[in-house]
Amino acid sequence: MSVFEGLRFRRVSSPIHRLDPRVKFFYVCVLFVITIMFGGTINNPELLPLIVLFFIQIPFVLAAGVKREWARSMRGAAFLVAFIFAFNFIFRYIYGNYESFALLLEYSFAMALRFLVLVESFSIFFLTTSPDHLGLALEQTHVPYEFCFAFTTAVRFVPVLAEEAQTIMDAQKARGLELERGNFIKRIKNYIPLLIPLIVNAIRRSLELAEAMESRAWGATEKRTNLYVLTLKNSDYILVVLSVLMLILAVYVRLLPPIPPLTVLLHI
Amino acid sequence: MIEVKDVSFTYPNDVEALHGVSLKIQDGEFVAIMGQNGAGKTTLVKHFNGLLKPTKGEVVVDGVNTTKASVATLSRKVGFVFQNPDHQLFCETVKDEIAFALKNFGFKENTIKKRVTWALNLLDLKKYRKTSPFMLSGGERKRVALASVLAWNPKVIILDEPTIGQDQKQKDRLRQFINQLITQGKTVVIVTHDVEFVAECNPKIVLMANGKILAEGSAKQILTNRYLLTQASIVLPQIAQIFTGLADLGLPIDVINVHEAKKVLLDFMEVNS
Repeated sequence: MSVFEGLRFRRVSSPIHRLDPRVKFFYVCVLFVITIMFGGTINNPELLPLIVLFFIQIPFVLAAGVKREWARSMRGAAFLVAFIFAFNFIFRYIYGNYESFALLLEYSFAMALRFLVLVESFSIFFLTTSPDHLGLALEQTHVPYEFCFAFTTAVRFVPVLAEEAQTIMDAQKARGLELERGNFIKRIKNYIPLLIPLIVNAIRRSLELAEAMESRAWGATEKRTNLYVLTLKNSDYILVVLSVLMLILAVYVRLLPPIPPLTVLLHI
Repeated sequence: MIEVKDVSFTYPNDVEALHGVSLKIQDGEFVAIMGQNGAGKTTLVKHFNGLLKPTKGEVVVDGVNTTKASVATLSRKVGFVFQNPDHQLFCETVKDEIAFALKNFGFKENTIKKRVTWALNLLDLKKYRKTSPFMLSGGERKRVALASVLAWNPKVIILDEPTIGQDQKQKDRLRQFINQLITQGKTVVIVTHDVEFVAECNPKIVLMANGKILAEGSAKQILTNRYLLTQASIVLPQIAQIFTGLADLGLPIDVINVHEAKKVLLDFMEVNS
């Protein structure tokens, strides 16, 4: 559950927390696009820009004061990162059209790092944006309120569901269920006693929530007003400009010949 | 026998739920663990079947250190009935639900059949054997959950908040049922903050607050000690409140349940008339 832990918002105040969620989302999207743009090919992996992209986000983490949570989400992603590394490495090795072993290693590393950079940017976004702000941002970009509400509720219930899954797992283990036992098919079957109560409870809870909402006059008026209205401040404009500049720079670099791999740059 | 030796436990989110808890539960004992929400009651009992392993100290169940055994092996001896039956029911029929754990523990087919019938009769669920557990009422679901644990005949039975959401009739039945288990020589541990229920059951009480054990003792000792109970944010049972209020009349103050109160009052009236 540590991946979820890394996405869980904590109510603190920092310059990053105070940024407009729309702007922050734009920044994350820009980072996403840039990350996808670089990576290179098996015989010319572009590790350098990915390393830059990884470290470029550290000041954000420090400014937001979410170092520990960030570290936790990085640790949570570690397993998948290792998996991506191993997968790329093994299959490229078997496929065998690589020029040197160092390049193969660098390529696998680049692919794993690419994933880590993506996780990093999204984790910073979710760690510093409250679900309320997120809902507000959606609403003010004219997404219908029903969808905004469904979205924020879904986000808010992720930790609740994670906790519930843990309790169900405990309850079934106490009845002698061993998840790790048996062959592949048996192991998948082992998850049925966890999934059914989880789904049934989620449906029950959603019905209860719907009733509670309706008894509090949800949807009584067509046009809702908001107590808080998002307005862009100077710091928001700065981040927009920064993001656009980053994107332009990235596109410019992309139009140049590919960035040589680290092994070549360092003459290994 | 369950031995908890100087156990501390910290959750992954750095919440320290237990600090240096030591406790011994003998075979055949009936223990109620009481305390307010967040006192560490459930955290403590989750150590008994190895669902949680101590961060510091050790828990020994029947001579086995819980860190050295799997939850499945420990559960064979220690049955744990969770607070919410909806966290475990998933089968198509009540019968399958009860057979689930038995299959996990590797019982033979005809033993499973016998045990299921036994458990169904024990909790008066026979007429529901082919019903879906999801169609049953809250109280019935709770009984199915209980039956599904009792079916494998564990030595120790842990009941987490057994009285929550139960009406008086169900509570009375539960109390009789617990007494029945005690007479069969089972160890029963209940986790609860239902003072009235505990006052009627008369178990040994372990009082907890802020991850520590405040006091251990008989129901009479603990439930009439206003100072201790205040620390654990628990109020005296109503009968005890009346008797402490009437102490000036020369009535004893260590009366906690209805049956005893009736007797004491009758005697008192006889003497004074």
